[in-house]
Amino acid sequence: MNYEQLITETALADERFVIMTAENRALVRNIPSHPILSKRFIDTGITEQTMIGMAAGLALRGRVPIVHALAAFLTMRAFEFIRTDVGIANLPVKLTGFIPGLLSDGNGPTHQAIEDISIMRGIPHMQVFAPADEEDMLAMLPEIWCSSSPAYTRANLIKPIYQHDKNFEIGKAEVVSEGSTITFLVYGMLFNNVFKAKEILEAQGHSVGLVNMRSLKPVDEEAIIAATQQSELTVIVEDHFQIGGLYSIVAEVLLKNQSTTNVHSLSLHDNWFRPGRLNEVLEYEGFTPEKIAAQSIQVLESTSKEKV
Amino acid sequence: MNEKELDSLKELAIKVRENIVRMSTDGGCFTGASLSCADLFVFLYSKFLNVTPHNLQDPLRDYLFLSKGHDVPALYGLFAEIGFIEKSRLENHLKTNDHIYWHPNTKISGVEFHSGSLGHLPSVAMGVAIDCRLKGQSNKVVVVTGDGELNEGSVWEAALVAAAHKLDNLIWIVDRNYFQANAATEELIPLKSIKEKFEAFGWNASDVDGHDFEKLEETFSVLPAQNGKPTIVVAHTVRGKGLPSIERRADRWFCNFTHEEVSALLTELQDNKMAELNSETLVVR
Repeated sequence: MNYEQLITETALADERFVIMTAENRALVRNIPSHPILSKRFIDTGITEQTMIGMAAGLALRGRVPIVHALAAFLTMRAFEFIRTDVGIANLPVKLTGFIPGLLSDGNGPTHQAIEDISIMRGIPHMQVFAPADEEDMLAMLPEIWCSSSPAYTRANLIKPIYQHDKNFEIGKAEVVSEGSTITFLVYGMLFNNVFKAKEILEAQGHSVGLVNMRSLKPVDEEAIIAATQQSELTVIVEDHFQIGGLYSIVAEVLLKNQSTTNVHSLSLHDNWFRPGRLNEVLEYEGFTPEKIAAQSIQVLESTSKEKV
Repeated sequence: MNEKELDSLKELAIKVRENIVRMSTDGGCFTGASLSCADLFVFLYSKFLNVTPHNLQDPLRDYLFLSKGHDVPALYGLFAEIGFIEKSRLENHLKTNDHIYWHPNTKISGVEFHSGSLGHLPSVAMGVAIDCRLKGQSNKVVVVTGDGELNEGSVWEAALVAAAHKLDNLIWIVDRNYFQANAATEELIPLKSIKEKFEAFGWNASDVDGHDFEKLEETFSVLPAQNGKPTIVVAHTVRGKGLPSIERRADRWFCNFTHEEVSALLTELQDNKMAELNSETLVVR
C-alpha cells in the first residue's frame, strides 16, 4: 500500500472525495487517468490560492477535497485562503503538504516549509498531523480524512525502521518507550534518526523514552506531561523553526498544567537550513543519530552539574 | 419586460436604496459601493436567479456569491424586502445582538459564503460550479466582484482556471463603478476594457448598463451561454447611484451620516434634490 493506493481506495469507496492539486502530482500520478476517479481529479495548475478557494466551494456542496501542493506554497502562498475560506467556514478540506521540513532537501529556502506547523495550528479548527514515515502516514490518513475538520498533514514517504501501532487516534501520540534519563518528543521524518539516537544512548546504559507525536493539533497533553515528568531531561526534536512548533506546544502544555521541567530543543533556530542532499543536510544541521545522542548527553550533563 | 414589471423593479430598488441610506449612520457603512450594485441585485433576485427564502437548502437552487463583501447593505437591504430576513433586523446594524456588520456572513439567511477579503469568491464559486457539473445539475452560479477588486492577483488566477475547466455554468458580474476605495480605478490601476481582457482569457464577455433593467434582461436572457466558456458581464454603474450628492465622489466611499443627513438623503432619493452634507466621510478598510 502506498499513498496513491490509499487515496484511490478511499475515493472509490466514498464519492464525497475529490482529489485536487496545484500541479503537484508526485503523490497522485495515476489518478488523472483512472477510469472512475479522473472525473473527480482537479488540477488547477500552479494556483494554490484558487485551488483552496475551489476546495472550499466543493466542500460547501458536501465534498471532501484532498488537496496537494508543495508544503511551503500550500501553507504560505495560500495561507489567507486556508484561513479565510476553509478556516472561518470550518470546512473538511484535507491538505497534504509535499516535501515539508527538511524533505525539501536541495531546493533552498524558498521551498522550506519549516514554519508550517506554527501557522497551520494557529487557524481555529485546523488539525495538524506529522507522521513519522510512510507506514505511519498510511495508518493515520484514514482517520484524518474521515474527520469533519479541516486538516493539514505533512506528507512523509520515508521508509520505516520501526513498526508503528496501526491504531491511530486523532489527538493521540504513539509512546514508543518510556525512560528515566532522557525522553525524546519528535514528529515527522526525524523520527528514524531519533529512534537510532535512542539505541545509541541505550547501548551506553541510559534509560530513554521516545514519543512519536503524530497529532500536533489536537495534541496529546497527557503524553507530554507524562514524558516530561518521568525523565531528567526532555529533548524536543523537530525540523521546524523553534518558534511555533512542538517546542512552543510543549511550553503551552506545561504552562497550562503549571508544570516545569528540563527541556531542550533541537530545531532550526531562526534561520533557514543549508540546502543539499538530505543526508548532507541532516549532518550539517546536527540531526544525525550520533549528533542527536551527543547533544542530548551534553545538555543532560550540563544541567546535572548545575543542580550540584 | 412590461411596464408594470419595470415599475415594480424600480419601486423595489428605491426601497433597497432607502435601506442602504438608513444603514449609513450610527457607525456607517460602504454606502457608495452599495448603491452602485443595488439595481443589479434587484434584477438578479427578481428576474434571473432561482433562489428564494424557501429553497435555500435545495442543492438545485442557483447561487449568488458576493465577493465585494463591503456592499452587503445592498444585499441585506434587498433580503429584507423579499423575505430572506425580517426587515426589523436591519436596525441591528453593527449591534452585537445580531450579525449584520460591514461584510456578509452565513448567519444571515441567503448569504452563501462570507467575504470581505477581496478576490476570494470567484474561486469558491468555481468549486461550487464544478460540483454542480459533476452531479449533472444545471444550477447557475453567479459571483459578483467589484472593479477595484480586479487589482487582486487571485482573480486573474481564477479567470485562467475557470476558462481551462470550461465552467460555462459560471457567470461573473463586475460592478464596474470606476472607483476603488479612495481613488478612481483608471487613475490608480487602470483596467481599461475588462471585456477585452476576459475575452483574451477565453471568456464570453459583454458590457451592460448596470442600472437599466431592460438592458440587464436582454443580456441575462441568453445566460448561461452553455458554449464551453465561462461568462463575464461587465455592469457599468455609478458609485453612489441614486444620490446625486455623493455620486462619483472618491471621498464618499464609506459614509457615516448624521440622522438629519439620513433624512435629507431619503428625500433626495425621491426628488433628486441635493442634500446638504457636512459629515466627515470616514475612509476605513
